[in-house]
Amino acid sequence: MPSSPAGRTLDVEDLTVRYGQALAVDGVTLAIEPGEVVALLGPSGCGKTTLLRVIAGFVRQAGGRVRVDGATIDHLPSNQRNIGIVFQNYALFPHMNVAENVAYGLRARGVRGPDVMARVASCLDTVQLGAFKERLPRQLSGGQQQRVALARALAVEPSILLLDEPFAALDRNLRLDMQIEVKRLQRTLGLTTILVTHDQDEAMSVADRIAVMNKGKVEQFDTPVAIYDRPQTLFVNGFIGTTNLMNGKIASLQNGTATVSLDAGATLSLPAPPGIGLGAPIQLSVRPEQLALSSVPGPDAWRIEPGLSLPLGGQLVHEARTADGGALKIVEPRRASAADTARLYCTLAADARPSLFPRST
Amino acid sequence: MRKLAEWQLALPLALAFISIFLAPLLLLVGVSFFNDDKISQPGFGQWIKFFGDPFSYKVIADTMLLGVKTVAATILVGYPLALVYLDASPRVQRVLIFIIVLPLLLSVVVRTFAWIVVLGREGVINQLLMSLGIISEPLKLLQTELGLVISLTQIEMPLMLLPLISVMSRLDPNLRDASAALGASRWRTLFTVIVPLSMPGLVAGCLLVFASSTTAFISQTVIGGVRLIYLPLLIWQQSLVVFNWPFAAVISISLLVSVLTVVSALSWFGRKSGGYVHG
Repeated sequence: MPSSPAGRTLDVEDLTVRYGQALAVDGVTLAIEPGEVVALLGPSGCGKTTLLRVIAGFVRQAGGRVRVDGATIDHLPSNQRNIGIVFQNYALFPHMNVAENVAYGLRARGVRGPDVMARVASCLDTVQLGAFKERLPRQLSGGQQQRVALARALAVEPSILLLDEPFAALDRNLRLDMQIEVKRLQRTLGLTTILVTHDQDEAMSVADRIAVMNKGKVEQFDTPVAIYDRPQTLFVNGFIGTTNLMNGKIASLQNGTATVSLDAGATLSLPAPPGIGLGAPIQLSVRPEQLALSSVPGPDAWRIEPGLSLPLGGQLVHEARTADGGALKIVEPRRASAADTARLYCTLAADARPSLFPRST
Repeated sequence: MRKLAEWQLALPLALAFISIFLAPLLLLVGVSFFNDDKISQPGFGQWIKFFGDPFSYKVIADTMLLGVKTVAATILVGYPLALVYLDASPRVQRVLIFIIVLPLLLSVVVRTFAWIVVLGREGVINQLLMSLGIISEPLKLLQTELGLVISLTQIEMPLMLLPLISVMSRLDPNLRDASAALGASRWRTLFTVIVPLSMPGLVAGCLLVFASSTTAFISQTVIGGVRLIYLPLLIWQQSLVVFNWPFAAVISISLLVSVLTVVSALSWFGRKSGGYVHG
């Protein structure tokens, strides 16, 4: 029996989905904790929506299992899985008013009489739409429609909540409001939630853990901070945030420390990544805010040719070129008095943790 | 040159409509108010004759009933077919739409005679049923209402399916998934989501099938024969056999008014239930 009141574990084990010859989902395994919000993040066509549809039971997998609280649900049709889903376009029933939409799942489960409307009223109050019971979906704004969709999914007390790009159709300000609201509701209910999105900011702000997907595979499944700071593959590195890639090779390896000589003309000492040998060509990935400009040359600083500097809110973005022809972006806090003219060298910032990836030549 | 106002662009069509549709219709109404077939003595004689005869009411009722039965049969066969179409892959959909439209590509006369071959005493259906041992005597299908409804169902099917499919394929496929995820069975989803939302297409289909089958003179006479009497047959007899044009005019107007009454009732119902898809 579940230990927490609402949160269930969700285990996806070695899941594979084929569309004809193509593998849409390729051996995905995810272990999701009770009450956790997991974002499936990736470019379109990476299999994230297909994975969601398998969990909901709309698509059959070619192999692998889905377990809720340890029990497989693969044999159950979608109307017996008790999984709540909010679609990108909300998919509200256009011929039913708000209350009927929310009551739909209860009626389908055979709930009758005053219980239905009481539950509908409490669900609509939760999403602050108590006054809109009689409206038809087309008379509501996008954000209100989404709240109805959420109330409809929650009314049946699902064991898992699935959100399929739920914020994509909302404008920017409303999106943030709704993200906060969904997060608040999810916390209150302790509901295990999966969010499909292609928007990394959304994944970062809403999810406890992110599964970055590419070509049907999970590239990395980790907390937002870990994914941002320690991307494990070049794909994750390029997909999340902005990054600078610099070519180089391993000059020496000693006691877990690698000396990397950059083609741009500097030597850096970094923790040695596993599986990279001496002399191997590598790519160094470093975030713009992990670079610093300097006016003094040194062994760990490389010469740059400064380009444009653009103010971006509280930050200043510098553009620069390295000696080997690469382009760099460097971000630093904007200061009122900056004598930038003489800073012709670039180094790693003090707490920088760049990533090393093998480079195929 | 002056710029044409938009309404002026519609003038050719309007003129054509007035001269070949409205004027003859008014002429028809005028002719009906003559007592004799020479169209010389004005009076209400033909109207009194038609509506004083109980036989007329029976024929009107039979004609409307034929329409209702054909509509019911096309819904019964067509709606599941539309659902199959909706679920089919694009390639199967292309084949299906070709099969659905096929009847429209053949002349009504050819289609109707084909049904004689199928329904006749020695026809395909009887031979099949007899060789399977289901019946020992050939069924009488020609010159029966059953046979007529069967053939009209096939002949009018495109008129039901095309509006139905066009409305249904505009339905959001997520609605079915949403319904299933909320715990609804397939039947519940069909009757609480798909049927209500496809109502505009269903009503349009019913309208077309009803209007077309009640006035389908060729099918009614070729399959139904002279013993099944519907209003179009009466009109034909009075106008081209007996040459009593005023009486034929009265029957024509009765047919027109009966069909229009049912059709406007249907479209009122359609407007009342419609609007979700386009709204």
